[in-house]
Amino acid sequence: MSNNGSINLSDFLNPPPVDQIGIEERVARLNKRSIKKNSKLSALKLALSMIDLTTLEGKDSKGKVRQLCNKALHLHDSFPDLPNVAAVCVYPPMVPTAVECLKESNVKVASVATAFPSGMTTLQTKLSEVRRVVRMGADEVDMVISRGAFLRGEYHLVFDEIASVKEACGEAHLKVILETGELYSLDNVRLASGIAIGAGADFIKTSTGKIQPAATQPVALVMMQAIRDHYFKTGKKVGLKPAGGISDAKTAIQYLVLLKETLGVEWLTPDLFRFGASSLANDLLMQILKQANGVYQSANYFSKD
Amino acid sequence: MVTKEKLIDFNSVWEYSPAPESTDHVKLDDKYDLFINGEFVSPKSRKYFWTENPATGKKIAKVAEASKADVNSAVKAARTAYDKYWSKMPASERSKYIFRIARIMQERSRELSVIESLDGGKPIRESRDVDIPLASAHFFYYAGWADKLDYAFPGRKTRALGVAGQIIPWNFPLLMAAWKIAPALATGNTVVLKPAETTPLTAMKLAEIIQEADLPPGVVNIIPGAGETGKAIVNHPGLDKIAFTGSTVVGKYIQKTLAGTGKKYSLELGGKAANIIFEEADLDQAVEGIINAIFFNQGHVCCAGSRLLIQEGIADEIINKLKNRMETLIIGDPLDKNTDIGAINSKAQLKRINELVSAGIDEGGTIYQPTCALPKSGYWFKPTLFTDVSQSHRIVQEEIFGPVLAIQTFRTVDEAIEKANNTPYGLSGGVWTDKGSKVFKVTKQINAGVIWANTFNKFDPTSPFGGYKESGMGREGGLHGLLPYVELI
Repeated sequence: MSNNGSINLSDFLNPPPVDQIGIEERVARLNKRSIKKNSKLSALKLALSMIDLTTLEGKDSKGKVRQLCNKALHLHDSFPDLPNVAAVCVYPPMVPTAVECLKESNVKVASVATAFPSGMTTLQTKLSEVRRVVRMGADEVDMVISRGAFLRGEYHLVFDEIASVKEACGEAHLKVILETGELYSLDNVRLASGIAIGAGADFIKTSTGKIQPAATQPVALVMMQAIRDHYFKTGKKVGLKPAGGISDAKTAIQYLVLLKETLGVEWLTPDLFRFGASSLANDLLMQILKQANGVYQSANYFSKD
Repeated sequence: MVTKEKLIDFNSVWEYSPAPESTDHVKLDDKYDLFINGEFVSPKSRKYFWTENPATGKKIAKVAEASKADVNSAVKAARTAYDKYWSKMPASERSKYIFRIARIMQERSRELSVIESLDGGKPIRESRDVDIPLASAHFFYYAGWADKLDYAFPGRKTRALGVAGQIIPWNFPLLMAAWKIAPALATGNTVVLKPAETTPLTAMKLAEIIQEADLPPGVVNIIPGAGETGKAIVNHPGLDKIAFTGSTVVGKYIQKTLAGTGKKYSLELGGKAANIIFEEADLDQAVEGIINAIFFNQGHVCCAGSRLLIQEGIADEIINKLKNRMETLIIGDPLDKNTDIGAINSKAQLKRINELVSAGIDEGGTIYQPTCALPKSGYWFKPTLFTDVSQSHRIVQEEIFGPVLAIQTFRTVDEAIEKANNTPYGLSGGVWTDKGSKVFKVTKQINAGVIWANTFNKFDPTSPFGGYKESGMGREGGLHGLLPYVELI
């Protein structure tokens, strides 16, 4: 932090280096945590409450979005005390449909914006898109950073762009997608995390889901460390959203262990942690029912939307 | 950048449910006899001692205590085995037996891990992932050397020494047995091994494995006991070599006793390793490395990084991160798969740790321990940090052999090196920096047998291990590990 208390890009430009081998070892060690019985059941329910149910396809229709919203509202009504998912995440033209479906509920509407997934357009277009989705009622905006500018070393451009989008968001929460699959090194992930946090991100998010690799645990751990260092320095809590490729309960629980042992129990809430996923919900439901009944149901007993 | 201390809440919500490793598959007898000449025999001393589970204080089994007369029989059996079988056998045949031991250990690894944790108090995560796989890997590695000794030392041939007396400690019971027995057998020696009195059970299981592997009788003899048994081995005229891992005090006694006898000896003794963190290091991984360096196996590690040297500018940040990381350490039942820190090995060791920690407080050190609760029965000690200590403090100078870290700061590279070397020990060390050139510059100047860069407490059978100064002499592991068991001709 600079002396006058304001935030400058320079505060985030020299993060500590990241040792990839060390990060991978830490992840491997945390993956050995054995989560059983009650701790497993509460983890499964927690993970369910953290899901951003997502549909981001060119072929998306209003019908598909309504279907997804219904799923969000009725995960598995025959089983009592299930939490709701956190949000439904859609493309901008689908925001009104989602808002309409979810207006009576506490499920949030998130919209991707800023020329998702590539971000290849002018700042002006990005900002007007952001303002439009907010005006239509999106509670949360998932933006992408300009990876080209980042890789060229034009960090000020990336920083300013995020700051402008944040301003355009107004009350809406901003999630900044780093698209770590295009950043190539954990050092870059750490640097980009710092820039996004510094520029005002409420959440930092790993991926669009359109590029491989999408979310990985080493990447998520590095982002958690960036969030923690910011918390140590300023007391401010930034959220994390790994997205893409997290499709089973086991992996989701591994992320929660990483989260708990890096950022602590205050982050174990949908306010500060989300999974961007579509098929994860059903696997979690299947495991929750298995914990309760002792047997697995076939996939046909869970609605596929 | 000065960071204010800030502790994160890691534990108030979502505690992990117990996940104990099953003990159903473990077969333990009530009583273990001496393993001499391929058979389990009752001790001439008629004496047995109890080995207990340090996590509960409960007795596990009675174990025979070898007297002087028993040592005599063991040495005699080993000598006969050497003359009759082992020295006459083609090296490739020897190799087959050692491979067989390695494989049976692998097959029985689950059982061995559980017993190691029951008898010694170490977390199952470590006995399962480190102790037992490494022990078996040592046998595999040296099995490979047995028939290639002619190529080990160019221009020289090797000759076995004869019968080796081997005395091992309680911190890595089965692994230390492997470090001793595997190279001795590969080079053509026969052995008499004494496991430590608090952790004899996996060694007795190893005796069963050796029986199962059908080694000629007397090639390996395993005779538990305490100091007196060890003394009888060291003083036995019929041995050609003594290999010892343990305290520096005993190491000195062995050197004095063997002076002038012409017997070969190798000693792996204490340590007080410096772990040096430079400001350009990857800080979060360095914190992880500090944790592994001092809290691995409750700090019962001769090469533990028990002195932490942090560059002044990052000291507050590192210490804050370290305290937070310590909050996430899970202390408790060694058999629980989630346990990070198990029980202190024995009542005597707990007393020693308490004594040194009290001395640290009396001498003005600032103590820090995490908020975790300790189990009611058994022997336990919280992971502990000391700040405000200097080179003249006892806790900086003396080996504690427990989960206690003494932290100092430095400003320059030279100061770090000077502090690191300012100790009677020279077993290990650690350097953390993102600068490759600095790794070489600093490690070259630290007088220690093993130095890790950007990691700590990593072991491999191919890599030699051993110390300088009061940390001992001779190397175990790798090509160098053959030398203590051969004469070069």
